[in-house]
Amino acid sequence: MVRVLINVPKTVRRDEPFEVRLLISHPMESGQRRDTLGLAIPREIIDRLDCTLDGEAVIHMSLFPAISANPYLSFSAVAQRSGTMTITFSGDRGLTQVESVPITVV
Amino acid sequence: MKRRTVLSAMVAAPFVARAQARPRVVVVGGGFGGATAARSLLLGNLEVVLIEARDVYTACPFSNAVIAGMREIEQQRFGYGAIVSDGVRVIRDTAVGVDADRRRLTLESGASLIYDRLILSPGIDMIWDAIPGYDATAADTMPHAWKGEAQTLLLRRQLQAMDNGGTVIMSIPANPYRCPPGPYERAGLIAWYLQRTKPKSKLLVLDAKDTFSKQKLFQAAWKRLYPNTLEWVGLSDGGKIARADPRAGAVETDFQTHRGDVVNIIPPQRAGHIASVAGVADRTGWCPVDPATFESRLVPKIHVIGDAAIMGAMPKSAFAANAQAKVCALAVLRMLNGQAPDDPRLINTCYSLIAPNRAISVSGVYRPLNGLLADIDGAGGTSRLDATDETSALEATYADAWFTTVTTEAFG
Repeated sequence: MVRVLINVPKTVRRDEPFEVRLLISHPMESGQRRDTLGLAIPREIIDRLDCTLDGEAVIHMSLFPAISANPYLSFSAVAQRSGTMTITFSGDRGLTQVESVPITVV
Repeated sequence: MKRRTVLSAMVAAPFVARAQARPRVVVVGGGFGGATAARSLLLGNLEVVLIEARDVYTACPFSNAVIAGMREIEQQRFGYGAIVSDGVRVIRDTAVGVDADRRRLTLESGASLIYDRLILSPGIDMIWDAIPGYDATAADTMPHAWKGEAQTLLLRRQLQAMDNGGTVIMSIPANPYRCPPGPYERAGLIAWYLQRTKPKSKLLVLDAKDTFSKQKLFQAAWKRLYPNTLEWVGLSDGGKIARADPRAGAVETDFQTHRGDVVNIIPPQRAGHIASVAGVADRTGWCPVDPATFESRLVPKIHVIGDAAIMGAMPKSAFAANAQAKVCALAVLRMLNGQAPDDPRLINTCYSLIAPNRAISVSGVYRPLNGLLADIDGAGGTSRLDATDETSALEATYADAWFTTVTTEAFG
């Protein structure tokens, strides 16, 4: 289970861009480091993030090993009506996690 | 004999008087660095001038114990009487200008002084508005309590006035800042105070870092001593504050707003103002110096010691400032005497109280390497994670003894 903080405005205006901010608690182990015995530490990263608003795509992101631990991500989105924003993370070791947050259009 | 320690090195380096008038070394700032430097310079045949605006210095080490009501502010106060009787000319004034070409220092009163060497020990200034909403006025409501007597006492009064069940918030900055373990000592002592006198209260510590000095020791102590009182939130859990709202008593991160009944914000810092006036601070806000003499890398004949300088691995502490002051004084004496400076070794120890009469410590030994002070591998260390209460109590007595020693050396 990955701890994720999500911030969206309490209310947004129709058709006006608003900012979505994410802080993801994850080691983002690159797969290129070795442990004290010289053995490779297996890669463990979040490599994909999909954000939808009521089923409609907002952004798809591909993430790579160069991304820091505990990444902070932000992007803009636009809504026509109130709905549920769903963010799906997937990655190594079979990681899939879904977070959702309401978007209220006024 | 190879000079290994500062003290033996000093004894071995008498100053030979020049035929003309005695050289004048001016020291700006009468904290641990400046006071120690001024006194150490008296080993040579010099005129030593110390510029300090206050007539009473309020020491920061142990001020967290004052905030938590374990100690009185009077124990933190030191005067300059002994330094004056030793032969330092102390001028109660503020340095406002430096003309490096003419080696002239201007004071607020309008007076000016010519120096052969200038030693700046200006400590820190807060960077106001580094956190939007947090400026000098906001500090009257949300004290930083990171320098000065008034701020320390303000935070203490606020904690005493708070109701049982209130929330205290502390905000801790990213590196570098004065006294790296200091905020964590403060967190523990505030938690101790709350648990004892206001047990329904909470302390929320918002940190702009994920890792910090003596982290394992502090966190083990908090878990054992204050499990229901103290909550620490690091950077990756949203601990970095983005804005302060003194009117609402609130701090905002990018993800959440936290309201506190008492809010202590330790803001980002830089070298004291005179450093930028003199041109010895770089774009980081701190002062790059030679690691053997602490002479500025930007302006010749000006040395910078203590928290204001970039000392590599050596942390910003009173212990460090005191050690650097002695090394700097010796280097200045040697340079005025036409001798090459020594290759110094410096020691720092930071004691932190985790409760009354319980302390942990970290020590390091440093030497110049590749232009900075570097850790000497295998020297120094930290307290054991499994230390007994007896050992922690013993460390607290060492902390007390250190304070007596260092304040005696600087002011006594």
